[in-house]
Amino acid sequence: MRSHPLIKLAALLALGWTCSAGAGPAAADKAALFDPVASVVMGPRCINCHQVAAPRQKDLGVLHAQQVVRGKDGNGSAVLRCAACHQATNTAGGRVPGAPHWQLAPLSMNWQGLDKKAVCEQMRDPARNGKRTTPKQVIEHMETDPLVLWAWQPGAGRSKPAMSHEEFVRALVAWADAGLPCPA
Amino acid sequence: MITLTINGKQRSVAAEPDTPLLWVLRDELHLNGTKFGCGMALCGACTVHLDGQPTRACVLPASAAVGKKVTTIEAIGANPVGKRVQQAWAELDVPQCGYCQSGQIMAATALLRAIPHPSDTDIDQAMSGNICRCGTYQRIRLAIHKAARDA
Repeated sequence: MRSHPLIKLAALLALGWTCSAGAGPAAADKAALFDPVASVVMGPRCINCHQVAAPRQKDLGVLHAQQVVRGKDGNGSAVLRCAACHQATNTAGGRVPGAPHWQLAPLSMNWQGLDKKAVCEQMRDPARNGKRTTPKQVIEHMETDPLVLWAWQPGAGRSKPAMSHEEFVRALVAWADAGLPCPA
Repeated sequence: MITLTINGKQRSVAAEPDTPLLWVLRDELHLNGTKFGCGMALCGACTVHLDGQPTRACVLPASAAVGKKVTTIEAIGANPVGKRVQQAWAELDVPQCGYCQSGQIMAATALLRAIPHPSDTDIDQAMSGNICRCGTYQRIRLAIHKAARDA
């Protein structure tokens, strides 16, 4: 008699659980701690502003309309500043997104063109993460910065991260507690 | 009540904190030179200066302008750069229908105050948020260069 596929799956999962518990957390398991973090930070709400020359828009990441550029300080050109349109909260019924200190991420924190491994390695490198030296400092921006929290209330039907911010923080803490492991 | 500094004068208006500044200007104070275009900060017709920086009045909550200096098209001619821009606009007949032009002049004035002799790239990066449905962009560019030369 053939066993139900779900029973097979349960058996496989149980086997995997037993093996990893017996051998201790393998490097691959530790590296997997970054996966849920990556699922959020590599989404459009974050990565659209971790760019080099100009911010991007929408889930497709199209270049920002109006020829918006980074400028000298990450706040736009001399006279077309982010704050010309983006306020401390969403406006125009959510269609114009807004949060405190709306601006591009510093150039040193660019993620444009980086894969999951490279983003992870950048996030734990003080030279490229805003001089954050401890795991606690690394995850603090993502735990508390209102600009990051905006991703969970982006307005106007924009997509949100796949997990809640509470779940994201739990994933961040697990990743930090493990010493910020990165995919091989 | 909200008290705002508009064109150098203190003005108190009965407005909700999240009322866009544009409606305070147009409906409460009858400063109708600032236009409503899209209501979503996409076209630039409602551009005013907030502490000298171009800002879209259609999405700026009135409360966010408290304590700051608001300048509108009605007063930009009192500024030497603004006056020069208006003169260049008139001499080159920049406007066609004119609807976007108060926003264009506000943006151009801010550009020339920040960059007295802007390159074409500077102009593009400063003015691309101000849309002109008549397509007067070439004359706008010429007028900005002229206003820079006339300094």
